[in-house]
Amino acid sequence: MNIEVTINGESRSIETEGHRRLLDVLREELGLVGTKEGCGEGECGACTVLMDGEPVNSCLVPVGQIQGTQLTTIEGMAGSDGLHIIQDTLVRYGGAQCGICTPGVALCAKWAVEKEPGASKERLRELLAGNICRCTGYQAIVDAVVAAQNSSESSHE
Amino acid sequence: MSEFLSPKDLPAALAARAAHPDYIPVAGGTDYMVASKDRLPPPGIINLFGLGALTGVTDLDGGGVRIGACTTYATLLGDARIANTFPLLRDACREVGASQIQARGTLGGNIATSSPVGDSLPPLLALDAVICVASSAGERRVAYEDFLVGYRKIDLAADELIVAIELPAPHVGAMQHWRKVGTRRAQSISKVMMAAVAHLDDGRIADIRIALGAVADRTVRARATEDALRGSAPSEEAAKRAREALRGEITPIDDLRSTAEYRLGVAENLVRRFVLSL
Repeated sequence: MNIEVTINGESRSIETEGHRRLLDVLREELGLVGTKEGCGEGECGACTVLMDGEPVNSCLVPVGQIQGTQLTTIEGMAGSDGLHIIQDTLVRYGGAQCGICTPGVALCAKWAVEKEPGASKERLRELLAGNICRCTGYQAIVDAVVAAQNSSESSHE
Repeated sequence: MSEFLSPKDLPAALAARAAHPDYIPVAGGTDYMVASKDRLPPPGIINLFGLGALTGVTDLDGGGVRIGACTTYATLLGDARIANTFPLLRDACREVGASQIQARGTLGGNIATSSPVGDSLPPLLALDAVICVASSAGERRVAYEDFLVGYRKIDLAADELIVAIELPAPHVGAMQHWRKVGTRRAQSISKVMMAAVAHLDDGRIADIRIALGAVADRTVRARATEDALRGSAPSEEAAKRAREALRGEITPIDDLRSTAEYRLGVAENLVRRFVLSL
């Protein structure tokens, strides 16, 4: 089938079979290898991408379902002026170690902070609970997201 | 070559279902994509996600709601009617997977998979849900308890689709209670879940509905337990009778997530706690 989709702001046309995993099409057809495979069963969140603004596990999306949607992968997160604030704070607070969960964490955190700008630390943990990290113990990730949240608030003042 | 159909409306979806009984209807894909991993491609997929006629929450006369089968947990979590009138369902949706699963997983999909550990299923039983099923020949409505016919088996023909779930308005003043027990709050598969709805009249339990997950081959109503409680004041004495009745009617098993003994003990404690909270 032919799929028309916007990925990281760019219109793409893909010829593939609709039952394939979005994760595989991103990595193998489009070369967007920033999206990582962890468990492949929707339990770890490593392969998270944003689909029409919502976080989804790309291992669980049959690629036929992306027809006409807007996707953001980790490759589309930084702007021309540098890292997204969440990427920046993840680096500064030690929220990224081995790096497998990091693209998914960064995208889910971007969604969480935009969806609920005033979310408490506990609420942020709940919104990010679908992203498993085996290195950081989560504290550094949460600290990074809170720092990004605070800095986005101050930038709006 | 595996075909991928995205019907534009419900009649087209039902026609596709009738024409291709071997194609797999897929909503959010959160169960299907796991089950199909490392397998040969299916003959075809009928993609139902986002189909307008199957999506969203509408009011019913009398205060109930009709939920389109392909409504996601995220949509239900953002709906004020669900939060205000059916907090039991809201609380259960909040504990399904985590944000990513909630963004794609649908109520109808959970019903269609019909796993004994489906998190949204006990609330639907306890809330007296009616399942609306359609084929090209028309629509029929089935009480959810009758729709559950066996282990991962539902009363759905090869040319039918689940189109909606209707929830009648709960009794005024009814208490609703949800509890999921698992290894961690998010992403874990439940060991035991309980959804319960009850209301008192003059200090006695006038009506009570208890639904349990992960304690039998399917999601079940604890009818003998309910009978043991109906008409009683919510006391330790009543809770004890409920416990005896519960032991006689649920059949939990040992598996990789828990043991039969643990599940039985937890189910008893959940029922007791609910009774004493009334």
